[in-house]
Amino acid sequence: MDAQRRWRLLGAVGLVVAAVSYAVPSSYVLGILVFVALNGLAALGLSLVMGFAGQVSLGQAAFFAIGAYASGLFSTGLGWNPWLGVVAAVAAGAVAAVAIGLPVFRLSGLLLAMATLGFGVIVYYVLNNWAAVTGGPSGLTGIPPLSVGGIAIDTDARALVLVGFVLLLALGLAGNLVDSRVGRALRAIHGSEAAAASAGIDVMRLKLAVFAAAGGLTALAGALYAHYVRFINPSPFGIGYSIELVVMVVLGGVSSLPGAVLGAAAVVLLVEALRALVPALGASHGAAEYEIVLFGLVLMAFMIFLPGGLAGGRRRAA
Amino acid sequence: MSAALLEARGLGRDFGGLRAVNAVEFDVHAGQIKALIGPNGAGKSTTLGMVAGAIVPSRGGVRFEGRPLPAGRPHAVAARGIARTFQLVQLFGDMTVLETVLVGCDRAGRAGWAACALRMPAMRREETRLHARAQEILALVGLEARAALPAEALPYGEQRLLEVARALATAPRLLLLDEPGAGLDAGERTRLAGLVRTVRAHGTTVLLVDHHVAFVMDLADDVLVLCHGEKLAEGTPDVVRRDPAVVAAYLGEDAL
Amino acid sequence: MGPAELGQYLASGVVVGGIYSLIGLGFVIVFGVTRIVNFAQGEFVALGALVLATLSARGVGLPLAFTGAVAAGVAAGMLLERVAVRPLRAMPSLAILIVTIGASIALRGGALLVWGTDPFAVPAFWAGPPLVLGGAVIVRQGLWVLGAAACVFALLWAFFTRTYAGAAFRACAANARGARLCGMRVDRMRLAAFALAGGLGAVAGAVIAPITYATYDMGLMLGLKGFVAAVIGGLVSPAGAIAGGVALGVVEALAAGLVSSAYKDAVAFVVLIALCLAQAAGWVPWRVAEEG
Repeated sequence: MDAQRRWRLLGAVGLVVAAVSYAVPSSYVLGILVFVALNGLAALGLSLVMGFAGQVSLGQAAFFAIGAYASGLFSTGLGWNPWLGVVAAVAAGAVAAVAIGLPVFRLSGLLLAMATLGFGVIVYYVLNNWAAVTGGPSGLTGIPPLSVGGIAIDTDARALVLVGFVLLLALGLAGNLVDSRVGRALRAIHGSEAAAASAGIDVMRLKLAVFAAAGGLTALAGALYAHYVRFINPSPFGIGYSIELVVMVVLGGVSSLPGAVLGAAAVVLLVEALRALVPALGASHGAAEYEIVLFGLVLMAFMIFLPGGLAGGRRRAA
Repeated sequence: MSAALLEARGLGRDFGGLRAVNAVEFDVHAGQIKALIGPNGAGKSTTLGMVAGAIVPSRGGVRFEGRPLPAGRPHAVAARGIARTFQLVQLFGDMTVLETVLVGCDRAGRAGWAACALRMPAMRREETRLHARAQEILALVGLEARAALPAEALPYGEQRLLEVARALATAPRLLLLDEPGAGLDAGERTRLAGLVRTVRAHGTTVLLVDHHVAFVMDLADDVLVLCHGEKLAEGTPDVVRRDPAVVAAYLGEDAL
Repeated sequence: MGPAELGQYLASGVVVGGIYSLIGLGFVIVFGVTRIVNFAQGEFVALGALVLATLSARGVGLPLAFTGAVAAGVAAGMLLERVAVRPLRAMPSLAILIVTIGASIALRGGALLVWGTDPFAVPAFWAGPPLVLGGAVIVRQGLWVLGAAACVFALLWAFFTRTYAGAAFRACAANARGARLCGMRVDRMRLAAFALAGGLGAVAGAVIAPITYATYDMGLMLGLKGFVAAVIGGLVSPAGAIAGGVALGVVEALAAGLVSSAYKDAVAFVVLIALCLAQAAGWVPWRVAEEG
């Protein structure tokens, strides 16, 4: 899809999102959509790593947490403007990605996956235990909302417009990137690392750059999350969320950028559907238990039967 | 005589207990078409791999334009002006023919992540230039009609030409061809030979490895014969053809 | 810190290390034969513990209950191989890793559905107060852990070095394609590897259950630590996994005692990352195994 069509499409979606946010009165529905957008942004980062660098990161939740805490700390502890906090969060995510990626990217895919897992666990532990800075298990409270042109983004409707806008912008820019020489280099690496290197592409450096971009994107999602829910603690950012993000990317199709958003939507909606259905079925267990089993089965089923994900196998930007 | 473009000295490579290449030395002079031949297992592709930076030598090294080539870093070797094709064609997934060649042209591009993400005017101008150059290269190898097709859809012979096009797109001073004639019929081989001569006429030196003796003898200015990882003979095709050691080891009389 | 304290840390570290070794062996056996990292290995541990707990609670005698637990692990391993791994055997190992991640989630969820969130107490195999050996206090179950581990290692050693099947395993681990070309039934060996890994995990779970209680989610952390133990040994060396497990257990105990018990679980991952850094820097004399 060429750039013009893509931006027109994204613009149209953006208008729909804005319309929905003002037309729909239900805070519950709007809240779900905000979460879809936030997770979509976080998963978009991971999708770049898995689809283009061809690596599995099992610790992506760590970048989400780093983004949330960085922005939260800068805007509460240091009293910075929340937008500066967001910028700092993105930088922190990218730097952290390079810090863990540099030593680890030369290793085989399996070890890299496990090293990222280890990184995620360690970040989680630090957040839980370094109470002096992070507030430990109770986390941070009183995080200020973002504001645009004097309007505070403190309602679900406004949050949806903001996060939706950021997500669509990210999709558009990523799409532009894929259609450019950077994107060609990434696709070349995906096709044949040996041939890409012989054509002058510095494979390691590019993979690392993708990892850094992914870290920054996921951290951005984390920062927006922090300013939306206004209080954060470490518990949602453990291995479980890292795996959830992998599920989202796999569901949506590893090689498809909008697929990440599709996958995020699928997972968020699946979870909500379970929460609504399970009591109705009169089951003896809560939704959370079924959720776990279903996740696992869905992940397995998709890898076995639909490895291209919901978006199909074609590698296209948007 | 000017110094050689490429100098290999004491080149050796072991795989476990096997000495695949041992103490191989040769020069390639600018403007030459040099061929590396030898029976199976002679170490030809391994030698080429060491020149290309894909395989790290166990001993010895290679100098290009007077400076040592970095070992084990193919992209750095490419940056020095050496391009290569592969024994088994390595395509880029679902890319079209044009995009495949573009990847080679991209080496001349300057647009960074920001410029690409924002589609800045300078980047768009560069894209147009790179696309035009890619079309030229395709015309050079005769694939311009195929530009929009997926590379994987091409017949095997044309895929090989595409690989050469991709390599040429990087504007190399030395082109390494790894068994370019393998799997081609006679007509395709003739087309390939013509392409190699055109490449040389444009000022690019060629070092090629191949099995098909007649093809090589007809095309090359200079031939290096390897056997069991060691140099057996080196010289013009006529000299090599008559060398008794070569005849004994590799060429039956019928092949000449 | 006096020698008595040091001895205590070492003792408890070695006991825990025995568990990590057992779990690590499960990883090594599967990886050796199939070049797959079985993310669900930890769930076999949980399964073994939970089945033992249930059977004991129903009044089944210890030997039978233990056998039942191990059988459950073996069955789970074989089921996993048939359902999730075999259909994907041609896919890249990262794809299979994701499938085993899915399997581990599904198994954990299944355990949650069947057993709920409550921890189950399991009676110690050898009732009585803790033993005092040279200043270190060891819970009696700890001896069972070490004993079971030692038995398992001995049996495995005998299997790998003395039996034809074991030699076939080692051949397959060294060169899968070569093994196939020699006529070995790689499919069967893969099934056997998973069965063995399931059994090993279940043994680990069964012997540790009296100490740690059996819970549906005990498998994740234990599995990951067992993986680190296996990685210390390069992922292909059983002896390495054993040494790695013990080393990890001791380091963990020392870190918890000397630094802070809060970060105890993070120690394994720090070790993992340190190993990765060391390999990338070229400091380790052995290579942590690449994909085959």
